Amino acid sequence: MIGVFHPGTSLVHRAPALLKLGVLAVIVTAVALLGSLVWLGAASVLVVVLFAVARVPFALAWRQVVPILWVLAFAVPVQVIFGGWEAAALMALRLVLAVALAALYTLTTPVSATLDAMQALLRPFRRWVDADRVGLALALAIRCVPLLAELVREVLEARKARGAEGSILALAVPVIVRALRTAEHLGEALIARGFDD
Amino acid sequence: MSEIVFENVSHDFGAELVVDDVSLVLRERRVGIVGANGSGKSTLARMINGLVTPVSGRVVVDGLDVARQGREVRRRVGFVFTNADNQIVMPTVREDVAFTLRRHKLEKADAAARVDATLQRVGLTELADRPAHRLSGGQKQLLAIASVLVAEPSIVVADEPTTLLDARNARRVAEHFDALDQQLVVVSHQLELLESFERVIVMEAGRVVADGVPGAALDAYRALIG
Repeated sequence: MIGVFHPGTSLVHRAPALLKLGVLAVIVTAVALLGSLVWLGAASVLVVVLFAVARVPFALAWRQVVPILWVLAFAVPVQVIFGGWEAAALMALRLVLAVALAALYTLTTPVSATLDAMQALLRPFRRWVDADRVGLALALAIRCVPLLAELVREVLEARKARGAEGSILALAVPVIVRALRTAEHLGEALIARGFDD
Repeated sequence: MSEIVFENVSHDFGAELVVDDVSLVLRERRVGIVGANGSGKSTLARMINGLVTPVSGRVVVDGLDVARQGREVRRRVGFVFTNADNQIVMPTVREDVAFTLRRHKLEKADAAARVDATLQRVGLTELADRPAHRLSGGQKQLLAIASVLVAEPSIVVADEPTTLLDARNARRVAEHFDALDQQLVVVSHQLELLESFERVIVMEAGRVVADGVPGAALDAYRALIG
């Protein structure tokens, strides 16, 4: 979700976010329940077709799936030892398909559309839940990931420059202080942009 | 043109008095505020849209008391921060500019048209779908300015908007400020940015120590800092 949106005009791009979330939930649930490699193979073909319809470049799609392959590099041998080859293959395929489908959603759906969908979902519960506030919290959570990653990178560099590479204190204290200060500044910016309630 | 009035305004952070009985009426189209670190200039600027409420005195913008009618004032006053990173909320450039309009109750098509026009105005159309956090410092500051301008405020306040930028990007941001129709109040250490302004206010230890046309006021500031 963090800046991986790939703009386009395909059918997948144009589909409403709520519909895409629903289809994503149904397919991922089906994939989790399918116990046959043949059916999972068929599901894999479906996912490839969806990527093709969305006109997502192969390299970009591959980059979304690669991180899960690192997890599988450890998980598959363990599963082979304790459950056999078929169980390991089923698990690996299920995970790859789930990640690929989630990536397809984020690649074809702007975050603002997801927020609107969330707000639409929460609207029936407006007596109990402030949909605007939940949407804003979600947007901020997504925004804070690269912000904190950058902050930690800067502190790590500063720690290295001071020759304190191993010090947890030299990492934790500046990160916490700067994170709190950033949160304060972000709050000010939200007030300045009219989100002052 | 808008009018910003400070009436005997003071503010402190605990024992530290940061703004000391300041009274000003700002009607000029371009107003600069300079001063050393801790002189109270940023606090003064933050009072214009209610980010800081004075402990005594009052600030009035176009007849609206900022302490009592803060929300209405913030609709009129856009604020550009020093570090644009702190101002960006949404993941992509277009979404971040559009975010400002979420509470303006505009039709989707109207909001989209306004966002596109604003992006074009600051030269970010080509980057509209890029992740905002991957922009350069100068581009981020332009995005911050776009996020303010899209709300069509009558006053723009900027707190050291070019401090974190290199000379070329600082010039680019200054050019965009020059082109604004709105009343502009800029806090800055970069004196060349303020040389073309109509009025410059010099602050020292929370008080206004010089106030006038840039030539005289900036000379007074240079004498002050040695």
